[in-house]
Amino acid sequence: MLKSLNSPSVEENTKYKAIVIGGSAGSFQVMVKILSEISNTMDLPIILCLHRLKHIRNGFVEALQIKSRKKIIEPEDKESLKKGNVYLAPSNYHLSLELGNKFALSTEDMVNNSRPSIDLTIQSSSYVFKDKIIGIMLSGANKDGALGMSILKKRGGFCIVQDPLESTINTMPNAAIEQANPDRILNTDGIIKLLNSLKLS
Amino acid sequence: MSQLIEDIEIIDLRNLIHVIQSQYNYDFSNYAISSFKRRVIRVIEIYKLGSVKRLIERVQSEPKFFKDFLSEITVNVTEMFRDPTLWRELRDKLLPEIYSKLKEVKIWHAGCSSGEEVFSMAILLKELGLTKRTHIVATDIDHNIISKAKEGKISLKNMLDINDKNYTRFMPSNSLSNYYKVDNNYAFLDKTLVENTVFKEHDLVKSEVFTKFDLILCRNVMIYFSQSLQNDVLNKFHQSLFIGGHLIVGSKESISWCDANVKFGIVNSEEKIYRKIKD
Repeated sequence: MLKSLNSPSVEENTKYKAIVIGGSAGSFQVMVKILSEISNTMDLPIILCLHRLKHIRNGFVEALQIKSRKKIIEPEDKESLKKGNVYLAPSNYHLSLELGNKFALSTEDMVNNSRPSIDLTIQSSSYVFKDKIIGIMLSGANKDGALGMSILKKRGGFCIVQDPLESTINTMPNAAIEQANPDRILNTDGIIKLLNSLKLS
Repeated sequence: MSQLIEDIEIIDLRNLIHVIQSQYNYDFSNYAISSFKRRVIRVIEIYKLGSVKRLIERVQSEPKFFKDFLSEITVNVTEMFRDPTLWRELRDKLLPEIYSKLKEVKIWHAGCSSGEEVFSMAILLKELGLTKRTHIVATDIDHNIISKAKEGKISLKNMLDINDKNYTRFMPSNSLSNYYKVDNNYAFLDKTLVENTVFKEHDLVKSEVFTKFDLILCRNVMIYFSQSLQNDVLNKFHQSLFIGGHLIVGSKESISWCDANVKFGIVNSEEKIYRKIKD
């Protein structure tokens, strides 16, 4: 297939400004690997929404931080999104991004039995970044995130789903594949390779 | 969340806010846009209205509908003893310190919603034997939710799945079930716990400062406001506190960038407890 000059491949395209990642059961180890192998020069901010125990407020950031090359932050309400950082949705709050690149937290009802809900985080991040965001959906046991990914895709964002064959639990990747028609289906190494080969503006 | 989220334009929201402002004197223009938009979509879905325009028509023509709208637009998800570590801090440190200095203590629950935190505080005070030395005011923008708060009626599912568990983390040797009776899938909290609590309607945006307090709890309320509104509300809380009085906000809320921040000292950064240090 010929590549159109108007639409460079994702790696060549310098338009991307942020990455949003969702995951649930079976995604923790994948996320640890991604964060430990992602290069420091890839400085797009990463917004992370992983399902987690609501009563355990502390420890999750620390666990992710151990092998991560990037600083992981659980943002406070209205905290600004900054380059190079990883932002993790806090337990028992929904995490949205608002215009002006500020985070907004909320205790609204659970969505897909989840708070934080991946759908809300992806949807709001894609609203802010439109076609300049890369969405990644990892292993998980429900369909939270699939609608968010389909909206991200519709707005022109680049959509990656973890290969269901590699995923510990493939319900979430399969739902995302079905609803969002992703641009790439990749295993963990493939995701890392793609992120590390991104050309940045 | 639904597909509809795509179709709502900021201009539609502005129109809605304008109608509410001019007709009912509530100001939502400085609410956090992401959650406000979701709440509007939720109302449109619940009432099967199909569009913001139809919602605006009903708000305009039916004051009774507006009351229901107000109940739905504000977020009323709350828990008893949410963040058990805060409640332990209150029990073991902050309240003993406050009551050692004052004969009587005035507490304000600002944005009390369905009253879970009001009851939590009442239970804590009872356990500490401090009830008689305390005056509590609990306020919310929504009249309907205040009526609900007074009832102390909580779905049994929430009571068992959330509140009981929080309480056990707070106080492993006791059980929250000592404070409620179960009937027909509901838990009914002992109403005598709040018999001296004053519940009243109060809008943090529009209403005036009404008295001074020794302790204000306003947790996970200001997250629904824009930064400029948070700034205004913090000024109101500052005016509503005696010097040395305490303010507690939600565990992921920050006052650090507000103008009045310099007039507060940090008592506990993890639990978000602040003390007013100057006028």
